[in-house]
Amino acid sequence: MGNAAISKTYAEINARIKSGEAVVVTAEEMVDIVRKEGPEGAAVKVDVVTTGTFAPMCSSGVFFNIGQTVPTIKASKVWFNKVPAYGGIAAVDAYLGATEPAEDDPLNKIYPGEFRYGGGHVIEDLLRGKSVFLEAKGYGTDCYASRKMKKEITLKDLPYALLCNPRNGYQNYNCAVNFSDKVVHTYMGMLKPKCKNANFCSAGELSPLFNDPLYRTIGIGTRIFLGGGIGYVTWHGTQHNPNAARAANGTPTRPAGTMMVQGDLKQMSHRWLKGLSLLGYGCSLAVGLGVPIPVLNAEIAACTGVGDDELFTQVVDYGYDYTNGIARTYGEVSYADLKSGTIVVNGQSVPTAPLSSISKAREIAQTLKDWIASGSFMLHEPAMKLPGPDS
Amino acid sequence: MITVYRRIYYIRYPKEISEKPIIYHLIKEYDVEVNILRANILPQREGILIIELAGNKANINAGLEYLGKLGVSSERLATRIRRDDERCFQCGACTGVCPVGALYIRREDMAVMFDADKCTGCNQCVLICPVRAMEMSLGEEWLETSEVPTPTPLFS
Ligand code: SF4
Ligand code: SF4
Repeated sequence: MGNAAISKTYAEINARIKSGEAVVVTAEEMVDIVRKEGPEGAAVKVDVVTTGTFAPMCSSGVFFNIGQTVPTIKASKVWFNKVPAYGGIAAVDAYLGATEPAEDDPLNKIYPGEFRYGGGHVIEDLLRGKSVFLEAKGYGTDCYASRKMKKEITLKDLPYALLCNPRNGYQNYNCAVNFSDKVVHTYMGMLKPKCKNANFCSAGELSPLFNDPLYRTIGIGTRIFLGGGIGYVTWHGTQHNPNAARAANGTPTRPAGTMMVQGDLKQMSHRWLKGLSLLGYGCSLAVGLGVPIPVLNAEIAACTGVGDDELFTQVVDYGYDYTNGIARTYGEVSYADLKSGTIVVNGQSVPTAPLSSISKAREIAQTLKDWIASGSFMLHEPAMKLPGPDS
Repeated sequence: MITVYRRIYYIRYPKEISEKPIIYHLIKEYDVEVNILRANILPQREGILIIELAGNKANINAGLEYLGKLGVSSERLATRIRRDDERCFQCGACTGVCPVGALYIRREDMAVMFDADKCTGCNQCVLICPVRAMEMSLGEEWLETSEVPTPTPLFS
C-alpha cells in the first residue's frame, strides 16, 4: 500500500449522504471497480456498496397485536384465514409463522402436496390490502371474560404488525442435486433423479453477507431494505455459524452466517414479500432484503468487490444424504458456474436453475442505492457486530 | 430418456355405456396414466369427462381406439399456458423443469423469460412455480390451480 491507509467513519459517510456527495454503487458494480482500481483506490472512490437478495426465506413471520374486543379476551388460540398463529404470548399478541399451512390443508397426504395457503400468503394478502378473517379463542378469566372473537380485519385495522424474521439472508447455501432414482420435492425445489438438474439459492456477488464475509460492518442496528420498506438487523439469525469453512477471501464455501431482521410491516409492500407454495414441501415467504455496506477501509472494499467467480458452494445430495444427516459434498462449484446454466458434477454436465431471483436482487440493490444517493436513507452504525469466526 | 406423451381429451360417453369401467381398462390394459380433471357422469345419461392421458404414444393411441370402438368420442383439447407477469417474481425455479426451454434465463441479466411459442402446454411448470404465476387453460377456459393435474415428470 502506498499512501496512508484510507479510513472513514459512519459519521463522515452519513455527512456525505446528507450533502448528496456520497458515491454509492451496487455490489455488482463494485466488482469491476475493485478489479480496476484495487481495494485502496475503490475505498477512496466509493462510500457505500448496496446488496440485495429476494428468495424463499422460511424462518420469517409477523408479531401482531390484534386489538381487544368488549368484553375483553385472552386469546390463547389465534387464526388468520384459518392459518394458526401462536397465541401464548399475551392477551392479544400473536406470532404468525410464514411456513404455517392453513389448518385444513391436506399437507402431503396427496403427494406431492400443493400447500396452497399458509402464513406467508396471509402476510401477502394483508399487504395487498385484502381483508383477512381473524378468529381467536380464549378460556375466559375474570379480567378477560370473552371466549371467542371473530372479525374481518385489514392491515390498517391491526394496532401493531412487526415483521420479525429469526433467520434471513443465509450467507451461502448448498447447491442441491438428487442422486436417488426417484424425483424428490424439497425446499430446494423439484430435483430429478440421477442428478439431472441442480438448484441453487443465493444471489452470489449481490448477496448481503457475501459482501461482508467476516461481519466487519453488519450487526445489531444495521438499517436495511426489508420487504420494500425499512428494517433493521436485530441479532444474528438462528443457525448463524461463523465457523464454517472459508476460502482465502474470507467468504464461506458452505452455509454460514445468518441475520435476524425486523421492521414495521405496515410500510412494506407485497411486491417484496410473497407467499409461496413449494410443491411437496410446504408454505413459505419470499423476502426481499438489501443491506448497505459502508466502505470504511480498503479491506471492506476488497470484500465488497468479490465476484461470482470467487464465491463457491458445495453440491449436496437431497435424494438421500441431506435427510439422513450425511455431510458429503459432490464437489465445489462457483456462482459464476451456477449462473452460467451448467455445472459439472462427477464429470457430467448438469443444468442449473436458481430459486433466488437474481434480477430482483439487482433491483433491490439498485433501489437501496437510489434511496441512499437521494439522501433519504442514512446508514446506522451497529451497536454490536454479528459474532465472527473464533480466532 | 423415455418420452412420455401427455395429452388432454374431452370425452363423451353415450348413456348405454355410462356404467362400464372404461377408465379401469385404459389403465390396466393400455398402461395409460389417467388424470381426471372434470367428470360429469350420471347413470343412464350421456357423460362428459375431461381427462389427461400420459404414457407412451402407441399405448395412448391404442387406448383411444378402444374408446372409439365403444362409441365413446374423444377430442383433444389444446392446452395453453400463460404467465402472470405481475405475480412472477423472476426466481427461475420453473426453468429447471421446462423440457423445451420455453422458460429460460437470459444470461446477460438473469431475467426469466417465457416464450409462449415454444411452450407445448405440458404443464410441468404450473405447480412448480411457488407463486402460481403460470396458468393453464383447457380450450378457452383458464383453470383454478386445484384443477391442474399434478405433473408426472417427463423423464425417467
Ligand atoms: S407448460 Fe411445459 S413447455 Fe410450457 S412453459 Fe410450462 S414447462 Fe415449459
Ligand atoms: S417459477 Fe414462477 S415466479 Fe419463478 S420465475 Fe418461474 S414463473 Fe416466475
